[in-house]
Amino acid sequence: MNNMDLIKTPSSDFKFILGNHAVAEGAIAAGCRFFAGYPITPASEIAERISERMPEVGGRFIQMEDELGSIYATIGASLAGVKAMTATASAGYNYMQEGIGYAIATETPIVIVNVMRLRGAEQATQSDIMQARWSASGDHEMIVLAPSSVQELFDYTIEAFNLSEKYRNPVIILSEMTLSLMRENIKIPDPSEVDIVNRKRPTVPPDEFLPFDAGDDGIPPMSSFGDGYRVLYTLNPHDKRGMITGDLDIYDDLYRRITGKIQRAVDDIVRYEKFYMDDADCAVIAYGSEARSALEAVRRARDEGLKVGLLKLVTVWPFHDELIRDIAEQVKKIVVPEMNVGKYVGEVKRASDCLAEVVSLPLNKGRMHTSAEILSGIKGEAR
Amino acid sequence: MAHPNLKYLRKGSLPHMFCPGCGAGQILNYFIYAIDDLKIDLDKLVMIGGVGCMSRGPAYLNLSAIHGIHGRNLPFATGIKLANPELTVAILMGDGGTAAIGGNHLIQAARRNLDVTVIVNNNGSYAMTGGQVSPMTPKGAVTSTTTRGNLERSFDLCKLVETAGGTYISRWTTAHSVQLINSIKKGLQHKGFSFIEVIGQCPTQYGRYVLGLRDPTSNLNWLLENSLTIRQAEKMTEKELKDKILVGDFFKKEMPTLEDLYIDLEMRIKEGRSG
Repeated sequence: MNNMDLIKTPSSDFKFILGNHAVAEGAIAAGCRFFAGYPITPASEIAERISERMPEVGGRFIQMEDELGSIYATIGASLAGVKAMTATASAGYNYMQEGIGYAIATETPIVIVNVMRLRGAEQATQSDIMQARWSASGDHEMIVLAPSSVQELFDYTIEAFNLSEKYRNPVIILSEMTLSLMRENIKIPDPSEVDIVNRKRPTVPPDEFLPFDAGDDGIPPMSSFGDGYRVLYTLNPHDKRGMITGDLDIYDDLYRRITGKIQRAVDDIVRYEKFYMDDADCAVIAYGSEARSALEAVRRARDEGLKVGLLKLVTVWPFHDELIRDIAEQVKKIVVPEMNVGKYVGEVKRASDCLAEVVSLPLNKGRMHTSAEILSGIKGEAR
Repeated sequence: MAHPNLKYLRKGSLPHMFCPGCGAGQILNYFIYAIDDLKIDLDKLVMIGGVGCMSRGPAYLNLSAIHGIHGRNLPFATGIKLANPELTVAILMGDGGTAAIGGNHLIQAARRNLDVTVIVNNNGSYAMTGGQVSPMTPKGAVTSTTTRGNLERSFDLCKLVETAGGTYISRWTTAHSVQLINSIKKGLQHKGFSFIEVIGQCPTQYGRYVLGLRDPTSNLNWLLENSLTIRQAEKMTEKELKDKILVGDFFKKEMPTLEDLYIDLEMRIKEGRSG
């Protein structure tokens, strides 16, 4: 069943809810029991819903004084052993970058929802697609999920917590104004059907524990404040004991491990769907809400006899080079529609390695592409 | 024989990075005496530092700690305390982190009566970065960013915290060892937002350039000579009190903490008294 069908299938199993509320419910289903936030359009309904729900499920919500307060309270709660989330929109996300750097350095699992909106205007956009990957200073890999429907907002919020706990890395849910303020029917599973991942715990006594010593997967076990392990968490270069060091060989090793644990796991982390790709000689690559218009455009192209397929990316970062290269080998042309000036297309071009023609289809007017516009792009018609 | 307080230091963390004669080392030492006297369970104690001289303090202690972000100590503490109110949280920070970059967090955490103990080493400047002017630097002082004299006024941090809603407020200097240890103990035992301002010497920056005092002893003597207890100050005129450091326990009040209010709300929901 795809999104289009879902919308047309009202039944008692489904709830007609707001995108932002789906994020709040997804977080609670994932085991999130702390939320700190600061009001901002179009993300505020996440905080509103979760403020009401948290005390019912034994969790805590606090409205902080700003986004810096929100991100650091979120990190503090996670270090104390509670799954934690914050939510904001583009302008508020800017303020959180230093905190994201801290979560990277200390390998603290947290989930951040960033509902993209146009700079200085409350309009739909995907213009922060590169910011989501690159905005924190220093070395890092980001895990960024870009859902395309209210159901996916729910499902991938759970997924975001699981990935964050597994890899000890902040995970961004890159929502959009289109999705956050849209209502759709979604199926909320029974809690027993939800797969939950928890961070791995130390297996040795405190005096033998090296908090930043990892096995082959590059992910060290994690204790919680108060459980006797007495870990020092610092932004500064630190060794396996967590001690601050000026040794730059140790620094180099630390960030090879912190970035390597994500880079080596792209196959596990990257979620995508392929539609009509088997015999395609032209591929549309889209993420977020644009994947919806793109799917409709691909179906219309098929109706006209064109061999067009869609790669819908949910995990937009880390970037799966091999996946894109394989498609570039298969097709003659790749079309990348985006609600911005044309950004992610640069990554697609890089990974395609000149094996296919890559066409950018940007639209930066506060709305999604129509399927007709994407179809024109597929056919190479002048716009 | 090893020093009896050596057990409080994180193994392998020495030598520390404080300059010879720095007040931060004294404050850390006083803090150790306070937790030793109170027999605090170190497994349940979380310390939060930041960036700067005093803020490095927690990294030397054998307990759970957060280090490395400037001025955001109180948001970290808010998350920790709401996630696990059983933990004791103590914060070491400087005047830059407290009065400038973290100023709003200070106001809001005091307003919420978050149950933490904040110890501020106020040395009147950004010492680690080279002695630049801070909100606590007096008007007229020559610093590395006010070479023609500071144009701005400073303000009273303790009064700010009292107005915002802090429930235990005290000020001493590094020269008042016994009184300061007692205040830290009172702060740690107080349920609510405890704020202890310590006027600490910096022989490297403020002492050397503003006071013209290079050695630690003369800096400490200066602190003693320029401090007045609340009782001493009572009999003095405003003119006599000008530029003096008022020390003592200023304020103490029992109030529900932020954590208490959450627990109460959750009880009410459980019992169906509030929807």
